[in-house]
Amino acid sequence: MDNIGFILTTYIVAFGATVALAWHTLKRGRSLAEQLPDEDKPWT
Amino acid sequence: MAITAHTDSRSSTDTGRRTRSTGTRFTRALGIATIVLFAAVALFGLLISPADITQGESVRILYIHVGTVWVAYLAFVVTAVSSAAYLWKRTTSLTWDRIAGSSAEIGVLFMAVTLLAGSLWGRLSWGTFWVWDARVTTTAFLFITYVGYLAVRGLGGSHQQRARRSAVVALLAVLEIPLVHFSVKLWRSVHQEASVAGSTDVTLDGSMLFSLVLATVAFTAFYVWFVLHRQRVMAMQDALDDKGLDYALVERRAEGAQSVRGNI
Repeated sequence: MDNIGFILTTYIVAFGATVALAWHTLKRGRSLAEQLPDEDKPWT
Repeated sequence: MAITAHTDSRSSTDTGRRTRSTGTRFTRALGIATIVLFAAVALFGLLISPADITQGESVRILYIHVGTVWVAYLAFVVTAVSSAAYLWKRTTSLTWDRIAGSSAEIGVLFMAVTLLAGSLWGRLSWGTFWVWDARVTTTAFLFITYVGYLAVRGLGGSHQQRARRSAVVALLAVLEIPLVHFSVKLWRSVHQEASVAGSTDVTLDGSMLFSLVLATVAFTAFYVWFVLHRQRVMAMQDALDDKGLDYALVERRAEGAQSVRGNI
């Protein structure tokens, strides 16, 4: 495959950024959830 | 009352019950579906779909480029609609503000990926990473505008103040989207016009079109998953900001009562 470096960089950055954002959000959510009662989480 | 409940919740956590976070059955199912969709995007985008006759292998970059820019546009429009809903007197709920904020965050991230993917594709197709072309420049300007929107959200003040001022910025910022979209028609541009959306004569190979639609669906699924989680994180952060003062007051009163007892 020609230009594989450019193509793989695009996919790695796109998926990597997505995974990093998801992981950070879940981690922050867990951290905050431990400090609050379930009454403050109407979605549960 | 809330503090008592908080203490009870802590004790139930200590006894082994799992703390409820931002996930629900729906978001877990959506998260699994998104992972499967992303795997399919990598499979079709990198291996199954053929190289383009004129662009060669670089067409594979466009599956990411188009998918992310679609979500970025969607995210910015949702930010504007949620902001308008917040400002509308009958719906001044902070939930709208949180949806607007979380939507803008993912919009900014995907717009950055769009610009990077476009830049790499441009190097292969145009021979340069960057041109001061109408579409490329207005897209970069849109990206910077929403970075500014996020900066405005980070300014001090109450939650209501944050919501009001960022809603006004969002309603102004969204006006740039038609400018970006129609820039290829308004000015001379090296950027191609829309070749699938709005076109009645799509001449793409079946697996190429499928890869393009698949990437768009996958990024949209992730967008929905992210906004659901992120606005809940924001809701918890806001609740903690509000109750943090209550907790501090209770602690100080307890300390005060203890020192009085000690003096007696």
